[in-house]
This record gives sequence, C-alpha cells and structure tokens, in this order.
Amino acid sequence: MLLLWLPAGLVAASLLVPVIYLFVRAASGSAGLAGVVLRPENLGVLANSLALAVAAAACSAAIALPLAWLTVRTDLPLRRMWTVLTALPLVIPSYIGAYLMVSTIGPRGLLQGWLEPLGVERLPSIYGFPGALAVLTFLSYPYTLLSVRASLLGMDPALEEASRSLGWSAWQTFWKVTFPQMRPGLAAGSLLVALYALRDFGAVAIMRYNSFTRVIYVQYQSLIDRSAAAGLALVLVAVTVGMIWLERRTQRAHRMYSSGSFKRPPAILPLGPWTLPATLFCAFVVLVSLVIPGANLVYWLVRGLAAGEQIGAHWDETFNSLAVSAGAAVMIVIAALPISVLSVRQPGRLSGLMERAAYIGFALPGVVIALSLVFFGANYAPAIYQTIPLLIFAYLVLFMPQATGAVQASLSQVHPNLEEAGRSLGRSPLDVFRRVTLPIVRPGLLSGAAIVFLTAMKELPATLILSPIGFGTLATSVWGAVNGVFFARAAVPALLLIVVSSLPMAILVLRRDL
Amino acid sequence: MKAFRWLIFFTLLFALTACSPGSDEPVVLYSGRSESLVAPIIEQFTEETGIQVEVRYGGTAEMAATILEEGANSPADLFWAQDPGGLGAVAAEGLFADLPAGLLDRVPANFRSPEGTWIGISGRARVVVYNTDMVSPGELPDDIQGFTDPAWSGRLGWAPTNGSFQVMVTAMRQFWGEDATRTWLEGILANDVVVYDNNTAIVAAVGAGEVEAGFVNHYYLYRFLAEQGESFPARNDFLPSGGPGSLVMVAGAGLLGSSDNQENALAFLDFLLGATAQTFFAEETFEYPVIAGVALPPELPALNALTSPEIDLADLDDLAGTIELLQSTGALP
Repeated sequence: MLLLWLPAGLVAASLLVPVIYLFVRAASGSAGLAGVVLRPENLGVLANSLALAVAAAACSAAIALPLAWLTVRTDLPLRRMWTVLTALPLVIPSYIGAYLMVSTIGPRGLLQGWLEPLGVERLPSIYGFPGALAVLTFLSYPYTLLSVRASLLGMDPALEEASRSLGWSAWQTFWKVTFPQMRPGLAAGSLLVALYALRDFGAVAIMRYNSFTRVIYVQYQSLIDRSAAAGLALVLVAVTVGMIWLERRTQRAHRMYSSGSFKRPPAILPLGPWTLPATLFCAFVVLVSLVIPGANLVYWLVRGLAAGEQIGAHWDETFNSLAVSAGAAVMIVIAALPISVLSVRQPGRLSGLMERAAYIGFALPGVVIALSLVFFGANYAPAIYQTIPLLIFAYLVLFMPQATGAVQASLSQVHPNLEEAGRSLGRSPLDVFRRVTLPIVRPGLLSGAAIVFLTAMKELPATLILSPIGFGTLATSVWGAVNGVFFARAAVPALLLIVVSSLPMAILVLRRDL
Repeated sequence: MKAFRWLIFFTLLFALTACSPGSDEPVVLYSGRSESLVAPIIEQFTEETGIQVEVRYGGTAEMAATILEEGANSPADLFWAQDPGGLGAVAAEGLFADLPAGLLDRVPANFRSPEGTWIGISGRARVVVYNTDMVSPGELPDDIQGFTDPAWSGRLGWAPTNGSFQVMVTAMRQFWGEDATRTWLEGILANDVVVYDNNTAIVAAVGAGEVEAGFVNHYYLYRFLAEQGESFPARNDFLPSGGPGSLVMVAGAGLLGSSDNQENALAFLDFLLGATAQTFFAEETFEYPVIAGVALPPELPALNALTSPEIDLADLDDLAGTIELLQSTGALP
C-alpha cells in the first residue's frame, strides 16, 4: 500500500495549487477586502446558492435513479441507445443550455411564437429559481446517472437471490438489499451535482437567479480588487468543505459486499405493462435535455443560412476537443486511482483529507483555477505555461472528484477480503492491485472516464486562458460565435459537440463496458 | 486494455506536436474582441506585411486578469480590449509601454489614454434599442433621463454587469454628479427594469418582445439584422440630446512593456489605425472609425460631436466608485 501513498500524496498536493493562489491573492489585499467579503448581503445570496445546490441534487436523483434502474436492470427496449442518449446532456455548457431554454420556452420564445395564432401573447416566466433549477437539473443529472449505473453494474445478484430465497418480497429486497448498494454511487453523483450547481456562472446569470457566483462574477469582471475576488472564492471553498463534511456524515457506516461471484451480469427484470410508461419517461427526459436544445440549434443554423450567413467546417477544433478530452479522461482516472483506493481500503484522516482535497477544485469556478495556474505557470514554470500538459493539469484539478467518486463507489462494493486473500496467497501488493483491485473497479473507472470526457469536451474558461495559442476546441468556437452574435456559426460546433461526444460513449456502451 | 494503449499513444503524440515552438517572431495578441469579428482584419494585416499574428481570444476581463497574473512574464505583446475597463486595469499596474506620439496623435484626445498607454481602435455609441412593433419612435424620450418616467414601467431591460454599461454610469457620475446618477438608477429600478447578462441578450429580448427597450451598444443590432433579416423588429435610437446616455466609447489596445517584439506590435497598431482597417470596422462590424476621412455605411448615423464628453474612461478609481454606487442602489448584487 506504500506504493499508493506517494502518488496519492503528490496528486492531492497539486490539487491544492488553486487554494494556495487564492490565499496569496487575498493576503495581498487591500482595506476593502473585509468589506467586500463580509457584506451582510452575501449571506442572502449564499443561501440562494445552497438552496439551488440541494434542490438540483434532489431533482437529479429523481431523474437519474429510475433511468439507471431502467437501463441496467430491466428489459427496456433499446436500452443501449437510451444509455448513450441519457448521458449526453452533460456535454452541453450550462450557459448554452440556459440560452436555448429561454429561446425555446421563454415568455416570448419559439413555443410562444407557434402558439400566438391561438392567442398566447406571453408564456409564464421561467426566470429565477425554477429556470435555474430546470437547466442545472437536466444538464447535470448524468453525473448521478453514470455513478448509479456503475454501482448497479457492480452489484452481485447473489445477494438479492439470497434475500428472496429467505422470504423477503421484491419490494423489501429492493429497499434492504439493492438500494443500500446504490447509495455510494448516488451519494457521489449527487455531491457532484450539488457542487456543480454551487459554482455555475452561466445558467444562473441568464436565468437571473441571484446566486453567490454572481457576486464573485461582479468582482472578477470589474478587475478592481483582485484580493476581494479571491476572498469571495475562498468563501466558496469553505462552503464546499462544509458540504462535503455534511455528506460524509450522512453516509451510513455499513457496507454491502458481494460474496465473490461478482462477475455475473445483473438480473434482468421484465417490465411487462410498464414498458410503455418507462419508454415514455426516457423519451421525455431525452426530449427536454437533448432534443429540444438540438432542434433549437438546427433552427439557428437554418435561419442563419437562409439570411446568407457563412459557416465553416470545424475539423481542427473537433480533433482538438476529442484528443484533449480523451487524454484528460485517461490521465485523470489514472491519477484518481491511488487516492480512491486508499480512501476506501485505508480510511483514516490522511486518506480522507486527500480525497476531500479533490473536491475543492471542482467547486471553484473555472476562471479561478485558470488564473491560479496562470500565476504559477507564467511566473514559476514558464516551460510548461500555455502548453497542453498544463491544460490537462487544469482539467485534473477541475474534474478529479468525478473520477475519484466513481472509483470509490465501485471499490466499496467489494469486500477487502478479496485483496487480503490475494496477499495471503503470496502475491505482491502490485500483483494484487493489478489482478484483483483493478478488475473490481473497472465499472467505476470507465464511468469516471466517461464523465470526465464529457465535461472536458464542454470546458471553457480554463481552455480559453491556458490552451496554446491557436488551439481551439468546439466549446471555445461556440462561445466565440455566440459572443459575436453569430448564431448560425455557433450552431455548427454546438451540434458537433453533441454528436462527436456520443461516439466514445456509444463505443463503450456497445462493448457492454458501461 | 488495448484501447487504452492507443489512447495514451495518441495523447502523447498530440502533446508533443502541440508543444512545438512557433515560427519566427509572430506578434502575440490577447484579444477581448470576438474572433468572428476581427479575424478577417488580422489576416489582412498578415497578408499585407507578412508578419504573423498569434491571437488568444477570450473575454476582456479574463484576458486582462490573465495579463495581470502573468505580470512581467507575459508572453503577450498586445492587448486588444472590448471596453476601457480592461485597459485601465492593466495600465494601473504599469504593464503597458508608452505609445509613440506619432501613433497617439492620429486619434482625438478622448479616444486614448491621457498618459499615452493605450489607444482607441474603434468607437461604439450607447443607444436605446427598441421593439418597432411595440414602441413608436415618437414615444422615445430625447434624453436617457426620460426613461425614469413611470410610463416605462415594466418595459425596460439593462445589463449592469456589462463593462460598457458601467463606463456609461461612470460618465454619468462625472457629467451629472453622484446624486443625479443615483436618482437615475433608482428611477430605472423603480420601473422594474429586467436584468440581462449582456447586450446580446437584451437585443434578442427586445426583438422577441420580451421587453420593449434596452440600453445597449449600437452595433449589436446589425448582427441580428444580418442573422435574421430586415424583418427583425428592433431598431436603434441614438438619443438626440446627447449627454452620457449616448456616450461614445472605444474598444482599444495597448502595447505591453514586457513585449520583446515591440516593432512588429506597433506595426499592427499602425495598421489598425489605417484607412483599410478603419473602413473594415465601419463596413463589416458597424463600428465608428476613430480617424477622420472614413465614409460611414448608410446604416450608421453620423455622430453628434457633443455626444462624447471629455473624460478618462479608463480611470479605474472612478470605476470602483461606479461599482459601489451600483451595489448600493441594488442594481448589482
């Protein structure tokens, strides 16, 4: 296990780079620092952010749990297609999702335009909390979905069979045996959704929801007092630490382990008369989160082309996006392994601290992470500044908990006895790791890699600031075009983003890996 | 795990190719202006002079913050900002080099930094964009103060986080004084003004009829007309009476003191202030040229000379006061 502590420690230490930067910035602070950070109004907006985070986590779970169950444990027709489609909304940037939602079902959007002949002058306002909640839920539920799926796939059917044979009904079996095994995946995914909602800039701005990030945004945009902006970001870090602590406290201590025959595929339940409602449910989720935004993008494209706008091919950006996202997915999952394994197999203060360090980067806005790496890169490591390795490191800081959460959830399903048995039979720790631990965490590794890949595809602020000059991705193309009011030109990379991201997902699903 | 090996191979290959150094002495430009808008004129510079320009595109505030964090180690030669706030922040840290007098003299005094650290490249006017189906031109007041009238209740939109808006409020504070500006802000807030994230969102909303009028920069409308055709039901009102409500401000650029390619960078600035580039701004991006003698396209009305008060728009201390005022009136969180 010593072999794991060193890399784990290194990775965890590097994840603290942005926090160090924030302290340095805040410390250089002016008299105004305390005044900005300790404003009484900040409490109100902080409460707004927390309310949104909790609500988004709850609503995402409500969508993700049935979807995970339906696609893994039932005989739902076209399961693999639904698996790919329901995971894809993760690739849509939140500001684009919010923009498209306003454009489609806003008070004077496309839908209202179609209904105008029927006398509908204005649709009810979607702005504020409902709109922000809807956008964040439908775009981030895949975090929970993919984590719970990994848990379900790693479950041992023998436990349920034993429970049924001992006399419990199907319902009791679900609540007492199945659901507790889904809990780690559910908790990991829900925490990601909550933190994502906490640090989102784009959707809350468009939906006019006064969240804490708006306060940070105003400070960063004004460029007047960078120490105040850093101070506010540190408040966000503190809130994140609080949320993680709370989440850990609600985790029950008992674990459900398989008895060793975990290679059997999960038991499939026939849906019977429930097939149609289940299919409609999946279709509804995909319609709202994927089809409607996609259709709106096609509308932009057609409208622009009809007015004579020029659009370009985006082969360079497509290749760049795919390469850097796939590369990041692989490296982040590898980097996440030591920390995750240690936190599950050797739980304690140190491993727990390292695991929690991973979440801090995720809760900070991308621009903060990017500026921290600019500070360190330009001044202390110019050789790697504005190169791909530094960009991937930025992604590591941003997306690490997505990988660690998934791996932990997988690993916690299997009893440590298996690895101990391996050791007692004479294998070296490395051998045991390679031949026992790694195969166990495979579902978690792959779902973690999938999540990191999808979120890296849409990442914007760190890419704009840290990528080599001239290195464009599909996400930066979309942003640049929307910024200059070239909607048709934005539609092409946006549609490509969705379609191209589905390919690796489809491959993994078709190979029955995911 | 064969797929893994291929993935790692491609990643490494890719990383190596992306790490390779660039060609000889290109000008490195950090641009807060959108690629779709300015890439053509940058390419034209390269065609005419043979000097390569490498551009990092981003938001003005993000690019300025990046330069501030990089400090003296910045790889950038030039910073081209969308609004003066970003330029002021970089100038305040002393990171800009002084521009040659010959360059500075080509634009009017209020379109450049009084200390000679940055220069305006193209002009934008504050206007009121209004929905032509819902608002008749006769209804529109001559001055921006007129919008505090209760008749405009529930019909207005603004973007208080936008840099240009904040510069306009700074100009109001300098022109009208603190109290009158506070009165105006409170009056607009009392009219239940709708808050948008940026100018684009306001023009889109006005066109859709979500609000009836909004305070924006003039050139956004023309992009919407190009995307959606002349039937897009919105037009600009340039507020004939002048004053800070129709402020003309500039998108400008500065040369970084840490640049080791100053000659080529200055050549680029020189090109941007020449007739070719200024005509490009007038005809393609619908912005106002900053040099004399460039013909305006028919869509752009000539600017009233009175509408550009002589104030240093990039004065950061002043911007801090604006943010404070906006927060205390509740316009900003």
